[in-house]
Parts: sequence; C-alpha cells; structure tokens
Amino acid sequence: MSERYIAPSSAIAARMLGGEMMIMSAVDSTFFTLNEVATVIWQSADGTTPLSQIIHERVCSEFDVDSTSALYDANDFVDEMAKHGILIVSDHPIVVSASQEPAR
Amino acid sequence: MSLMLEMNQRALDLGVPLSVHLDITYRCNERCIHCYLDHDDLGEMSTDEIRNVLDQLADAGVFFLALSGGEVLMRRDFFTIVEHARRRQFNVKVKTNGVMIREVEARRMRELGVEQVQISVYSHRPEVHDRITRLPGSLRRTIEAIRFLKTQGLKVSIANVLMTANLADNSGVIALAKELGVSYTLDPTITPKIDGDTSVLGLRAPGSELKQVFRNEELVGNVQEFCAPPPGADEDVLDGYPCSAGHTSCYVSPYGDVFPCVQFPLPSGNLRRESFIDIWQKSSALAEVRSIRARDLVSCSACSHVGTCSRCPGLAYMEGNMRGPSRADCEKSFLRTGIPSANMLRDGAMAGGRLIQIQPVVPPS
Repeated sequence: MSERYIAPSSAIAARMLGGEMMIMSAVDSTFFTLNEVATVIWQSADGTTPLSQIIHERVCSEFDVDSTSALYDANDFVDEMAKHGILIVSDHPIVVSASQEPAR
Repeated sequence: MSLMLEMNQRALDLGVPLSVHLDITYRCNERCIHCYLDHDDLGEMSTDEIRNVLDQLADAGVFFLALSGGEVLMRRDFFTIVEHARRRQFNVKVKTNGVMIREVEARRMRELGVEQVQISVYSHRPEVHDRITRLPGSLRRTIEAIRFLKTQGLKVSIANVLMTANLADNSGVIALAKELGVSYTLDPTITPKIDGDTSVLGLRAPGSELKQVFRNEELVGNVQEFCAPPPGADEDVLDGYPCSAGHTSCYVSPYGDVFPCVQFPLPSGNLRRESFIDIWQKSSALAEVRSIRARDLVSCSACSHVGTCSRCPGLAYMEGNMRGPSRADCEKSFLRTGIPSANMLRDGAMAGGRLIQIQPVVPPS
C-alpha cells in the first residue's frame, strides 16, 4: 500500500474538550468525538507526515498498541472521516492552509 | 444520552464555556418596533480586539459561536471576523436580517464554512414585516437573501418573533419557510429595552394567542404531552440548574462586556480590562449564578411546575431577583397546562400569559 497523507478539511469546526476532540462538519452537521488515539492522529494531520509515520512515532510511542493493528485501525478511521468530508486523504503530501491547521 | 448532551455534561463538569453569543455591533439598518437595543455605536471593539477575543474564547474551549447584533453586516470587517473565527475552528452561526446579503455575501459565508444563518422574518406580508422593521422593502430583500444563501447550500432558519403587530401571521411565515426549504422558530420573547424602558412590553402577544400557539401541533409536536400537567419534582430536579447561562455559555457585547446570557444582563466583567478566562473562572457574578439550584429558588422550589417550567433566570433577574420567579414564565406554564404556578397563587396574579419558547419546526427534507 502506498503512503497516505491526511489533512483536516477547512469545512469543519473542532475543539478539544477534556482530552477528546469534538468535530462537527459544516457540510452536513455530523458531530464526532474522537478518542485519545484518534485525537493524536487528528493533531498530527499536517498533510506532510505519512500516516504510517504518525502511527509509528506518535501512536505506538504513546499507547500500548502494535503498529500493524494500529495502522489497520487508523486506515479505517481515516476512511470514515474522509467519507464525511472531515479529513482530506491523498497519496501525495497535501498543502495545508492556515484555516486547515488542526485544533490542538 | 445523545453525543451532544454528553458533551454538554462534560463541559459542565469541566467548567468549560461551550458556547458564546457575541454581538459584534448594536448598529442596525432596521428599526424594529420591539427591539431592545440602543443602535448608537458607543465604542465597539475594533477588529483587532475582536480577533483577540476570539483567540481567548478558542483557548477557553468555546466551540459554538453565535455572531449577532444589531445587524452583523453593518460592520465592514464582518467577513474578516468570520474568517478569523473559522481559522480558530469555531462552529459559527450568524444571526442577521439578511437585508445586506446578496450573492457575493452568501458565497463568502459558504466558502468560510458558516454552519447556519438565522434570519428574522416577522410576516409573510410586506405591509406587516416592513411596518415592524420600519424599513421599506425589507421583506423582499430578506427573502432574496434566504434564496441566495440556500443556493449556496447553507443551512438557514427563520426566526419569527410573535407580537401584537403580527399575531395572525405565524402560519403564513411557516408556509413561507416551507416554500423556501428552511427551518422555522417561533419566539414570542419581548424583553425590556437595554436602557430599562419597558414600553415595548406592550407588544407581547396576549395569553389567548399563546394558548392557541401551545395547541398548534406544527409548533409543539405532541400537544397532549406538551400541555400535560407537571409531574412532581424529585431530588434530581431540585438539585438541577435553571439553564446553561453562566454554566456552559455566556454573552459578550460589542463593548467587551460579559454577561451570563444576552437575556441576563448581570455584569460579569469586561474584556478590555480582564482576560476572558479570568472573568469566566473568577467573576463573583458568574459564581453566584452557578451557585443557584432549583431548590434555592424563591417560591419556584415549591411550585408544581419546577421540573418543566421554562423559567428564565435572566427574566427573573430583570424582574428584580435572579432567585425569584419569572412572571412571564409562570404565566406560560399556566397557559400551557391550565395549572397556576405557586407564584401566581401567592400573588393572585392569574391573568395574561406572555412569553413562550418553542422548538424549531424542521421542514421536510
């Protein structure tokens, strides 16, 4: 599988609340809260760091998970977020505008 | 419990202000007969000041931001403000009369990711709407704005204030909302003017009209349920908070003044003198609001309506005691159920219901 790059869409509202990220799509008002692992992935979605690197360097180092299953779950998560227009996913690095910087 | 309710509860537990209503100006191009505002500019916050306030709100954890006024588009920097708010990833709702929204403004709102636009419509008839706004041609302009916004795919809701000047027209506005494909909210709340002038209260809809509204299935859903006698209050109800004002939400004026709610004018601090987080965490006024439980309410704690009444602490405060009853809400509970409130029985004040709050009517998709 080729590398995947992720960046938050500009059409979302997002805020941290008690260690979890709240996200709402401005397109269809879908509302999500992300657990701690998904929040780390979200906060690392800078468009230039490959998803596999995010999992290896940020997720596996902070949580007790093996990289293969973590990457598998992360791909599912990313696909779900992309389906709702909340994350942009590409095989190539993504140029992120100021309005797309993930909330921290 | 829905995810949103869960987030609200978490914000309450953590002391996080989840939503803020920010009026960016009191200036307006309409002169509505029921408006509570003074439309002079008495020293609005500058663009930089508002940007700084938005940064502070984001850092404090505010997620829902309602930008309102006055008329928001009277500020030439309105889109600069929205752009900054969206950069800080707020969920932005804009309240406007729509008169200054044409295709360009509608497109810009969509590009910036505004979540919802709420527009005031008082009647489907120009002669009634324009007489209320005192701006000739305003209904035509407002309806055009709604079409521009809908064309851009934005979510729009109509806010219909009910008063003596438009009593017969709410069904016409509901039909208009359906035709335009937007949601509808009826709001009969008429509040005293910001300078304390109560003359506008004469515009409040009479009880006979509110009784009809309460029995309109289209507005309240299940009428039998909505108008049912109140169940007895249990310990959970008596330990509960009256509303989110000051707990998970607050209001900021164009001058940087902070209040628990736009309808609760209890001065709590000013952002030109203190940081938002200091006001939110240290204001003695907000601490007092937060200390009040239903069991502390004068007469309301012993009222059969205490668990179901829409008692507004802001209106109670304006009537003289934030722990006291809001007579308008007492009358509302009475008109809804036919059972007088404890306060009404005590005062012998049984006549004339005035204020109600109704859930939005969502148009068929």
